[in-house]
Amino acid sequence: MSERKTWLLFLSLVFVVVLAACGGNNEPADAGTNNNEAETNNTSESNNNEANEAAGENSEGDYSLAEDQTLIFARGGDSVSLDYASVTDGESSRVTEQIYESLLKFDEDSFEIGPGLAEDWEVLDDGLRFVFQLREGVTFHDGTDFNAEAVKINFERWADPDHEYHFADEGYTYSVYGTQFGGFKGDDGHVIEEINVLGDHEIEFVLNESLGAFLQNMGMSYFSITSPAAFEEYGSAINENPVGTGPFKFVSWSKDDSIVLEKNEDYWLEGYPKLDGVIFQVIPDNSARLTALRSGEIDIMDGLNPDDVEQIEADPELAVFERDTNNIGYLGFNLDKEPFDNPDLRRALNHAIDKETLISLLYAGLAEPATNIIPPSYMGYNDSIDPYAYDPDLAKELLEEAGFGDGLEFDLWTMPVARPYMPDPERAAEVMQANLADVGVTANIVSMEWATYLERTEQGEHDIFMLGWSGTNGDPDYFFGNLLHSGAIPGGNRNFYRSDEVDSLLNQAKNSVDEDERAELYKEVQEIVHEDAPMIPLVHSIPVLAGSERVKNYVPHLSTSEPLTNVELAE
Amino acid sequence: MISYTIRRLLMLIPVLIGMSLITFSIIHLIPGNPAQTILGEQATPQAIEQLEEQLGLNEPYFVQYGNYMMGLLQGDLGTSLRTKASISSEIWPYLAATIELTIFAMVFAVIVGVNAGIISAWKQNSLFDYTSMLIALIGVSMPIFWLGLLEQWIFAQNLGWLPAFGRGNPRDPVETVTNFYLLDSIINGRPDQLWTSFKHLILPGVALGTIPMAIIARMTRSSMLEVLRSDYIRTVEAKGSHTLSVVYRHGFKNAVIPVLTVVGLQTGTLLGGAILTETIFSWPGVGRYVYEAIGNRDYPVIQSGIIVIATIFVFINLIVDLLYTYIDPRIKY
Repeated sequence: MSERKTWLLFLSLVFVVVLAACGGNNEPADAGTNNNEAETNNTSESNNNEANEAAGENSEGDYSLAEDQTLIFARGGDSVSLDYASVTDGESSRVTEQIYESLLKFDEDSFEIGPGLAEDWEVLDDGLRFVFQLREGVTFHDGTDFNAEAVKINFERWADPDHEYHFADEGYTYSVYGTQFGGFKGDDGHVIEEINVLGDHEIEFVLNESLGAFLQNMGMSYFSITSPAAFEEYGSAINENPVGTGPFKFVSWSKDDSIVLEKNEDYWLEGYPKLDGVIFQVIPDNSARLTALRSGEIDIMDGLNPDDVEQIEADPELAVFERDTNNIGYLGFNLDKEPFDNPDLRRALNHAIDKETLISLLYAGLAEPATNIIPPSYMGYNDSIDPYAYDPDLAKELLEEAGFGDGLEFDLWTMPVARPYMPDPERAAEVMQANLADVGVTANIVSMEWATYLERTEQGEHDIFMLGWSGTNGDPDYFFGNLLHSGAIPGGNRNFYRSDEVDSLLNQAKNSVDEDERAELYKEVQEIVHEDAPMIPLVHSIPVLAGSERVKNYVPHLSTSEPLTNVELAE
Repeated sequence: MISYTIRRLLMLIPVLIGMSLITFSIIHLIPGNPAQTILGEQATPQAIEQLEEQLGLNEPYFVQYGNYMMGLLQGDLGTSLRTKASISSEIWPYLAATIELTIFAMVFAVIVGVNAGIISAWKQNSLFDYTSMLIALIGVSMPIFWLGLLEQWIFAQNLGWLPAFGRGNPRDPVETVTNFYLLDSIINGRPDQLWTSFKHLILPGVALGTIPMAIIARMTRSSMLEVLRSDYIRTVEAKGSHTLSVVYRHGFKNAVIPVLTVVGLQTGTLLGGAILTETIFSWPGVGRYVYEAIGNRDYPVIQSGIIVIATIFVFINLIVDLLYTYIDPRIKY
């Protein structure tokens, strides 16, 4: 028995010593890493200097290429489908953007359109007729020719529910087509009247109503062109066997693991793509993904915790890539419910929210305070509007004037999931709750399952709610038309904002093909909306990715997906 | 014994019908609309309505359940609402990944756990006994995600010895035949890929196997202690047999039944409960498949996934029960 006690004592002693050692280890370890950081910082500076000097001599040759030109892009979730038009998730278009191309192409870092599979185009009859001259000598990955007939088949496939490649029986729907072109064949609002093949490489779209965003739509990854021969061969399994004209060819897909693409040797742009292959790897856990990046197993990762940005910037072997902002996170009022039908109250509350604190607390500074609902880079952004400044005293005063001096209580509906425009909705709600308490307003945080949240806000059951919107084609109508037009009730307009004036301005702008005219109309809309204050615009967030310093020429696009045509890997 | 097996297999039918009914009721009771979830916050009401109709979600529940069960009887597990792929063909790679990981984890757990348990019992109250039982206690109470992240941090990030994610090198993917990567590498005659696949199994396998290992070690120890005190062991020792061979040959054989029960139960649990390990180590297994489906309200995938896991669970238990008779002839069915 005494022997047993001795052992126990000995063991617990060992345990304590081990624990103590663990605790003690922290400090020297930290100091060690600090030293390392200091050292690496120095080397990074000298690297930069060298790089700059080299750049002075030769802008391109300041790095030598790695032998293995296969890039591994890690992300949190898998693609749903590789049939881009039948899904809406960013993880799908991120991959299809490599395999497929659309008629027009967005600029590397903006929504400015340029030639894609169409080399040239004409707008005729006041925007009722569009003629595209298609690029010649382009082949699909299966060797068949790209031509006007292929374009026609693709567009008819989406528009016509009875088309043999529509795959309605297999559950395929093309919701983005419906949104962007006003519905489907036979619907009242469907704008594409007919598509005519004028020649082997010339195609005409005839519209029954002009559509200001038509050309922007043509640049969207949702309207890329699939090989008709592949439809014939794979049928509805086209979602797992993509065949396009893009810089990379599809090789294999092991679900929830990786999608492997290889270089398209016959790509029409001579000398491109630079990479030999791209692998999209799923790593669900954010910290595990960062570990994989640090250990050099992957080259680029999406889904970085904002809090990790600082660490990565300090690491000379890693780089942070910022995506330009293309979204809005907002706090919306339900104008159909008292007392939120009172514009004085809405304006007063606009002064109560501290956007700067939100940005520094939840976005690690990677966001801009919002004044209007469209991102600042958009056509027609009105920068002469004076934002509602954060001023609790003024807010209190205005509340009193509006008759709410004795306080006010309502439910603050909080999103249950993180979105790019709102990385941590729960904490954001707490911050805003505190802001509102400062001006004597009681906000009760309410949350529910995501689909239920969306359905119930669409039905108008809420008081005040958090939500946001992301751009897809760079056209302001996609924001205004969906968030503020009375036609989007029920739908995206969950503020139940109805203004005849705004509706008519938006209709004019939507149907105009004159950019300057459209810009003026949208500016006017923003003035009215600012005055009516149906929502509190919170932030335009800046999504970030992290990558290895070896990744060159990578420019993240606003639309969340970009072709990796120019990217290469340095030694 | 054959009639016993048949009886057990027949019992599978009510079990599966019950499982499917419970699963179906639960997933339709929890709030959330698949069409809305799939299309997200930017979908128009028209688009959602259209998708609901196409997916057959506007039919009454019992019609949906009936359709599903009709398909199941014909061996059709249904079609995923989200990916539009047939679940029967989609689920196999996930299942194979999980089975491979589970087997690896259990082999690790059994080898380490059983030996630690036996030696602890043999050298009761020794330093080895205390240390291994302390480790077992820590192992049982260690959160898997924490252990997993710790492993990654040490062995992948700092030492760079082992890969932190996936089943193989994405730059050199294993050509799949059976979807068991170890087996496929051998079939393809690629010893290098065999080694790579093995290395990928180590961290998640150890993380997943730690809890069962601890449970097995403790079970083996207590079961062995009982056996070692019995008369026949004393008789064998009196006849002058070498001690270690007594412990392993005569002792363990009689202590193995409770251990086997634990192994069977743990294997079943691992099959369905490896979600955390699969998430941390990016292991494309069936736990993650079902988990993602729950998030997306992909009803057919949830139902079929659970039914497949339940079936395997039942089979494992049957195999364990049959093994009893082989190990201990006194047990008869």
